[in-house]
Amino acid sequence: MNLTLFLLALFDGIAYAALVFIVAVGLTLIFGVMRILNVAHGSLYAMGAYLTASLTTFIVAAGLPPIFAFPCMLVSAVLIGAVIGGPLEWLLLRRIYHKPEVLQLLVTFAIFMILEDVQRLVWGTQPIFQSAALQLLGNVRVFSVNYTVYQLILLPMVAVALLLGLRFFLRRTVAGKLIVATTEDREAAQAIGIDADKVFLLTFIVGAGLAGLGGALASPTTSILPGIGADMIVLSFAVVATAGLGQIEGAALTALLIGLGRSFAVYVWPETQVLVPYLIMVAVLLVRPEGLFGSPAARKI
Amino acid sequence: MKKLLMATAACVSIPLAAFAQDKPESLKVGVSAFLTGPASVFGVPAKDAAEILAEDINAAGGIQGVPIELTFIDEGAGTEVLTTEYRRLVENGADAMLAAISSGNCKTIAPLAEDLEVINLMWDCGTQTIFEEDDYKYVFRTQAHAGTEMLATVAYLLKTQPDFQTIAVVNQDYAWGRDSWDIFSAALKALRPDVEVVGEFFPKFGSPDFSTEISRLQAMQPDIILSTSWGGDLDTFVQQASQRGLTNTSTFVLPLAESSLERLGSSLPGGHIVGARGDHYWNHPERRDDEDFKAFMAKFEEKTGSKAIYPVFHMSQGLAALEAAYDKAAEANGGNWPSEDQVIAAFEGLEFQGLGRPVTLREDHQGIEAQLLGTSVQGGDLPFATLENIMIFDGAELTTPVGETSVEWVGSLQPGWVDTLTVDSYEN
Amino acid sequence: MFIRITIPTLLLMVLALVPFVAPGMQVLLTLALAKGIAVMGITVLLRSGQVSFGHALYFAIAAYGGAFTLMLMPGADLIVVFVFGIIAAVLSGIIVGLFVARYRFIFFAMLNLAFSMIFWSILEKFYHYTGGADGMRLPRPTVMWIELERGAYELVMFYLALALALGLGWFSMRWLDSPTGQLFRTIKTNETRLQYLGMSPQRVMLTGYVLSALLCGVGGIIMGLVQGVVTPEYAFWVRSGEMVFIAVLGGAGSVPGALVGAAIYEIVRTYASAFAGDIWQLVLGTFLLIIILFAPGGIAGIYSGVMDRIAGKKEEGE
Repeated sequence: MNLTLFLLALFDGIAYAALVFIVAVGLTLIFGVMRILNVAHGSLYAMGAYLTASLTTFIVAAGLPPIFAFPCMLVSAVLIGAVIGGPLEWLLLRRIYHKPEVLQLLVTFAIFMILEDVQRLVWGTQPIFQSAALQLLGNVRVFSVNYTVYQLILLPMVAVALLLGLRFFLRRTVAGKLIVATTEDREAAQAIGIDADKVFLLTFIVGAGLAGLGGALASPTTSILPGIGADMIVLSFAVVATAGLGQIEGAALTALLIGLGRSFAVYVWPETQVLVPYLIMVAVLLVRPEGLFGSPAARKI
Repeated sequence: MKKLLMATAACVSIPLAAFAQDKPESLKVGVSAFLTGPASVFGVPAKDAAEILAEDINAAGGIQGVPIELTFIDEGAGTEVLTTEYRRLVENGADAMLAAISSGNCKTIAPLAEDLEVINLMWDCGTQTIFEEDDYKYVFRTQAHAGTEMLATVAYLLKTQPDFQTIAVVNQDYAWGRDSWDIFSAALKALRPDVEVVGEFFPKFGSPDFSTEISRLQAMQPDIILSTSWGGDLDTFVQQASQRGLTNTSTFVLPLAESSLERLGSSLPGGHIVGARGDHYWNHPERRDDEDFKAFMAKFEEKTGSKAIYPVFHMSQGLAALEAAYDKAAEANGGNWPSEDQVIAAFEGLEFQGLGRPVTLREDHQGIEAQLLGTSVQGGDLPFATLENIMIFDGAELTTPVGETSVEWVGSLQPGWVDTLTVDSYEN
Repeated sequence: MFIRITIPTLLLMVLALVPFVAPGMQVLLTLALAKGIAVMGITVLLRSGQVSFGHALYFAIAAYGGAFTLMLMPGADLIVVFVFGIIAAVLSGIIVGLFVARYRFIFFAMLNLAFSMIFWSILEKFYHYTGGADGMRLPRPTVMWIELERGAYELVMFYLALALALGLGWFSMRWLDSPTGQLFRTIKTNETRLQYLGMSPQRVMLTGYVLSALLCGVGGIIMGLVQGVVTPEYAFWVRSGEMVFIAVLGGAGSVPGALVGAAIYEIVRTYASAFAGDIWQLVLGTFLLIIILFAPGGIAGIYSGVMDRIAGKKEEGE
C-alpha cells in the first residue's frame, strides 16, 4: 500500500468514524447516567433521518434555498429529543428504574419494535433519498479522487465540536456537573439533594436528541428505509462496550478505531470489513475488561 | 343381497364423483411477499399488483367461474412465521400457493410444498439451484432464474461495450450477491477471457455507506462497474457514486436497477446499463400499445402513485400461470372443474402471458422468460431516467439446459456465442 | 398445594394430546418447545444475574453441526445428527465460556454478542461451505434407521421435543438446587463472598455457561430438523434478544416459565402476523410492554399470584 492509498483510507475512515461517534455518544451518555442500554436508540436515529428528509423535501418543494436543509437537521434533532425522547422517559422508563436491569433493557426493546412499525406506517416502505445538503457543499478533489465536502470536512468538524461541546457542558456547567455527579455515584448524588428524576429526564432528552442528530446528519448520505435503525444499534453497542461505560472520550477513540479499521479493511482485505467492529471489541475487552477508558468498579461486600 | 349391491354402487360412485368435482365457492391462493423489512420495496408493489389482478380476474367471472381469494403472508416476519402460516393456509384448504421472494425462503418452502402436496408457484425466486438439485412434482417457477438473468446482462454488455478491458464488482454480501457474481464472472471468463477483474467488493447487506468502496474504485478507474444490488443498497450506492463523479468515468452495469429508476431520479445519468430480471419495464416496447397492459398500468399508477416495477410483472405471471393451468385442465376435463392432479398435469409445458412476453414452463418446471435490458437516458418528460437502446433476448437460448448446472454450463460457452442470439432491438 | 400440581399436570396432558385434538397446532408447538428449551439456557444464566445477547450462537452452531453431519454422512440417523449437533454446541460453549466467564453484566452481554456476530459473519462469508444467507438444508433423517414420511416424522419430533423439554427442564431445576447450582446463583447475590469461600467464580460460571450452551444447542437442533433448513439468521442478535425476551416473559429465572413463555410468544407472534398483517411488531411490542409494566414477574409470577389467591381463599374458607 502506497502513501496515497494510505491517506485515502485514512480520509474514508475519519468520515465514517465521525458519524459513528455522533450516534454512539448519545447511547454512551444515557448508559453512563441511567445504566440503561437503550435499544430504541436505533429507532430514534432512524426517525431523525426520516424527519430531516421530510422537512428538507418540504422546504425544497416550497422553493426555499437548500441551505435551509441544515437548520432542518437541528430542528429534527430537537424534536426527536423533546417530543419522542422526553415522553418516553417520563411515561415509561421512569416506572422501571427500580426493576432489574434486564427488564429495563427489554422495555427499550419493546419500544424499538413499536417504533419500527410506527416509522413504516408514517413513512412507508420505499427508500427515501434526500441529499440537498450534501449536494449544496459540493466536492473536493484529493489525489484524483473526489470526496464530498459534507462527508470529508463537515461531519468530522461536527463530531469534534460535539466532543468539545459535551466536555464543556459536563465539566463547566451546573447541569452538566449534576449529570456527572449522578453518573459517578447515584446514591451519593441523591443524598446531597440532586433531583435524580430531573437529571435522568434531561440526560435522556439530550441522548435521544443526539441519536436524532446522528440520523439527521446521516440522512443526506444514504437511503433511509425500514431497518436502518437495527444496524446502527449493534454498532453503537460495540462502541459503548469497547469505550467503557459512559466514557465520551472513549467513545470518540473507539469510533475512530472502528472507522479506520473498517476503511483499511476495504483496501487491504475487503472480506473482513464486517468483522472489524467485533474483532476490535473482543481484542480490547480481552486486554482491558472494563473497556478502554473504564475503571474497575468498587466492590461491595 | 340388496344391501351388498347398494354398498357396491356407493363404492363405485365415489371415484366417479372425484372426476366431476363440484366447483368450489372460491379458489384460495396464499401469497408470500415481504411486507416488512428492506425487501418490502418488492413485496409491497407486488401485493398491490396482486390485488388489482385478482379484482380484474374476478370482475371477468373468475377462473372457470370461480372467484379467486388471496391471503398474504409476510416473509419479513421470519422463517418460522412463514412456514407456520404457510402450513395453516394449506391446512385450511388453500388450492395453490405463490411463494416466495427470498431465495432462502424458496429453498425452505419447495420441499415443504412437496410434502404438503400443494401446488406452489415460485413467482419471484432468484436462485438457480432449486430445480438443478432436486425434482419436484408440486413446485413450478413462473419466471427465469439467476443464470438466465446474468447471462442476458453479459450478452447486452458485450453487444454494447465490446471493447472494455477492466471490470470491478460491488455486490451485496449474501447469497444473491455471491451467486449472481459467480455466474456473471464464469460467463465473462468464457466469452471474454482477456477481461481483467480489478476489484471484488461485497459490502454487507443493508450497508448505509459505500464511501470507501467508491474512493477505491475512483483510484482503480475500471471500465465497467457491476452491481446486482437492489433496493436501498443500490439507491445509496448509485447516489453516492454519482455525487462523487464515478458515474462519469466508469460504465455501471445494474441488472436490477429497473426497480430503482423512479427513486433514483436524476442521480442515474445516461449511458448506464439497466436490467429488469426478465422483460419487465413499465414502457415495454412490445406491450405498451396493448389495451390490457395500458389498463393495468393506469390502475397501478392510480393505486400506488408509482410506475410498475419487475415484481409486479412477476406477480402477473404467477397469477396468469394459475389461470392458464386451470383453464387448460378444465378443457382437458370436458369443461368440468379439474382435480389437483389434473391441474398439475396442465402445468407441464404450459404457456401463459402476464404483463410481458408469453412464458413457457419447461419439463423441469423452470419458466422460460424473455430478458429485457436497456441503457439509461435522462432528459425526457419524466423526472427520472428511462431506457433507450432496448434489447429483448429470447429466454430459451439463455437458460441452462435441463439437467445441467448453471455455473458449469455458462463456463462452457465459446467466444462468439453472443452473436448467435436472437435479439429484438428497440430505440426506446 | 394440591391445585399447584394438578394444573401443570392437566396442561401437560392437554399438550400431549395436541397432535390428535388440534393437529394444526402441532408444528407450531414443536417450534415453541424448541425455542423454550433454548430459552431455558437463558433462564439458567439469569439465575446468576447475567444476560447474554449472543446465545443464539449455540442455537445456530448445533443446527449447523446437524446440517454438516447430514451433508458429510448422507442418510445419518436422527440420533447421530442430534449427538453431533449438541457436541458442537457444548464444545464451542466451553471454548467461548473460557473467555467470557470472567466478565459480568454489560461486558458479558456484549462479548457474547460479539462472538455470535463473528460467527454470523463467518456463516455469510464462507458461503461456499455454508450456503451463505440461503443456509443449509437438513434433509429428513431416518428415525432409528426407519424412513418416515413428513407426518410421522413431525409427530416424532413433537414428542421428542416434549420429552426433552420435560427432561432437561427437570434436570436444570435439579442442577440449580445442587451445591454447584447454589454457588452459581451466588454469583448474582454476592460474588465476592464466593471468593472468600475459596471458590473460583470463573469455574462455577463456566459450568453454568456450558449447561446453558447445551440447552440452546438442543433447541437449535430441534428447530433445524423440524424446519429442514438452517440459515445464518439463527445466530443473529435479534434472535438472541428474542430469547432473552421470552425468558423474561415467562418469568425471569423460572424454568417452566421459559416453556410457557415460548409457547405464548410464538402464538402471539404467529397470530399477530396472520391477522395484524404488517403491524405484528407493534402488537408484539405492546404486548411485551404491558407484561413488563404490569406483570414484571412474567407468566410464572402471574401464575403463582393466581395460585396464592386460590389457595388463600381456600385456607380462609377451611
